[in-house]
Amino acid sequence: MTLNLNEIRKDFPILTRETANGKRVIYLDSTATSQKPLQVIEAMNDYYRRSNANIHRGVHTLAEEATSLYEGARERIAKFVNAASAREIIYTRNTTESINLVAYSWARANLKAGDLVILTEMEHHSNLVPWHMLQMERGIELEFIPVTENGLLDLDAYKSLLNRNPKLVSFTHMSNVLGTINPAGEIIKLAHAAGAVTLVDGAQSVPHLSVDVQALGADFYACSAHKMCGPTGIGVLYGKSALLEAMPPFLGGGDMIKEVKLRSFRPNTLPHKFEAGTPAIAEAVGFGAAVDYLTSVGMNAIAAHEHEITEYALERLEEIPGVKLFGPSAEHKGGVAAFTLQGVHPHDVAQILDQDGIAVRAGHHCAQPLHEKFGIPATSRASFYLYSTKEEVDQLVKGLYKVKEVFG
Amino acid sequence: MDDLYREVIIEHYKNPTYRGKLDPHDISFADNNPLCGDHIQIDLRVDSSGVVTEAMFDGHGCAISQASADLLVESIIGKPLEDVKKLNRQDILDLLGIDLGPVRLKCALLSLKVLKAGVYGLGEASDSLVE
Repeated sequence: MTLNLNEIRKDFPILTRETANGKRVIYLDSTATSQKPLQVIEAMNDYYRRSNANIHRGVHTLAEEATSLYEGARERIAKFVNAASAREIIYTRNTTESINLVAYSWARANLKAGDLVILTEMEHHSNLVPWHMLQMERGIELEFIPVTENGLLDLDAYKSLLNRNPKLVSFTHMSNVLGTINPAGEIIKLAHAAGAVTLVDGAQSVPHLSVDVQALGADFYACSAHKMCGPTGIGVLYGKSALLEAMPPFLGGGDMIKEVKLRSFRPNTLPHKFEAGTPAIAEAVGFGAAVDYLTSVGMNAIAAHEHEITEYALERLEEIPGVKLFGPSAEHKGGVAAFTLQGVHPHDVAQILDQDGIAVRAGHHCAQPLHEKFGIPATSRASFYLYSTKEEVDQLVKGLYKVKEVFG
Repeated sequence: MDDLYREVIIEHYKNPTYRGKLDPHDISFADNNPLCGDHIQIDLRVDSSGVVTEAMFDGHGCAISQASADLLVESIIGKPLEDVKKLNRQDILDLLGIDLGPVRLKCALLSLKVLKAGVYGLGEASDSLVE
């Protein structure tokens, strides 16, 4: 179950580069985007060198090859999250677009003024703003499952919200700030018992945990390739086929149609019905290579490694006078440590750490309401992945003492 | 150790001379840096000939944004509004005495954007004010 870190780190060429002042990069920002292994970079490179063509309509060798690479990646992504069929996997640009697809297609066909959508206080802006927009357009109602002081969802409050007949419960599986891993299966079960449809923002969970959409019972589940060793510009929406079948198309154009007349069209079958225009083909190939890579390393081993690193990091960070950590204890969270350092703005923390090659993120991490809840404008955030080491955590701790020195 | 955190910047961040609010004031404007939530408010008192007689800033944010606000406010007291309108990004960099990358430049320029939006009576502190 333990990872061979030396071997894994060799797969990520970027981890050996140095910054302008000759420091080796210590990448602690994988929650924003992960680094990419050679296996992914080379799969995309090979695609462009050998197989590039547009997909689906061509009959020539290259088109056939490109199509089977594109569709083959879909099959493997479906398997990775244990979807019942690859037809239930819609390629999108990213998690944000996946959520918007549900908001535009399913929600606009199914929600009317006064209908209740339940979200949580720990959502990323991508699972807030699409619903704000629908609220302005339709007059739907929004309620939020509160976050407790220790960074968990208040499930008792959720249960009372469910008495109000919600139509949709949309929530993050894992918080990008607190790191909280929410009890998705339980939340979904309760939502279904109340007659609501469920949408899960899996941007942070799919890269780090073994996710089984059927076991969870999710109706919709969204994720992005770039946070899981894959390229930017591609993500997926998983949806139960019965729901997807009944939904109107999202974007209109080529590939999403079965037939077009001058004044009408018939939409294509799943999953193509939701994929208008030439898609991100090389990126799909890269996404497929990413799930192959993660599968070969083993998701359980990755989760165990991250847990060990996170536990160590929280312990070490807590020892630093003036550091305040946000979120639950290591047992309830993924590889994220968001913190403040008394008297120093997170931007300054990040900037001074950068002098030593240490990459952390500073700001509200696209979760402004959550920061407001905790009464702070911003946090610094260190995050970990399969290639993170305890030595890197030690460097971070050393760097934070340096920050304290600069600010005296 | 680090040019960006020259003593003068740390000093203006930790012990700003012009932090506070003016009530009453002739001009007051506030805005955020959407990237990081830095917030700056600038209040001015202006005499009948259009010269800034008093100025204060308030807000929260990183050392760069807060130090630049303190330095900027200090530099405009006693100046005609016509001169304030002409200030640009280079003036801020000169005040700070450092060079900045694109992300931190936004922190440094927030106070100037807020000041100019206030002086021009605009609704928003936009980037075009400091170009």
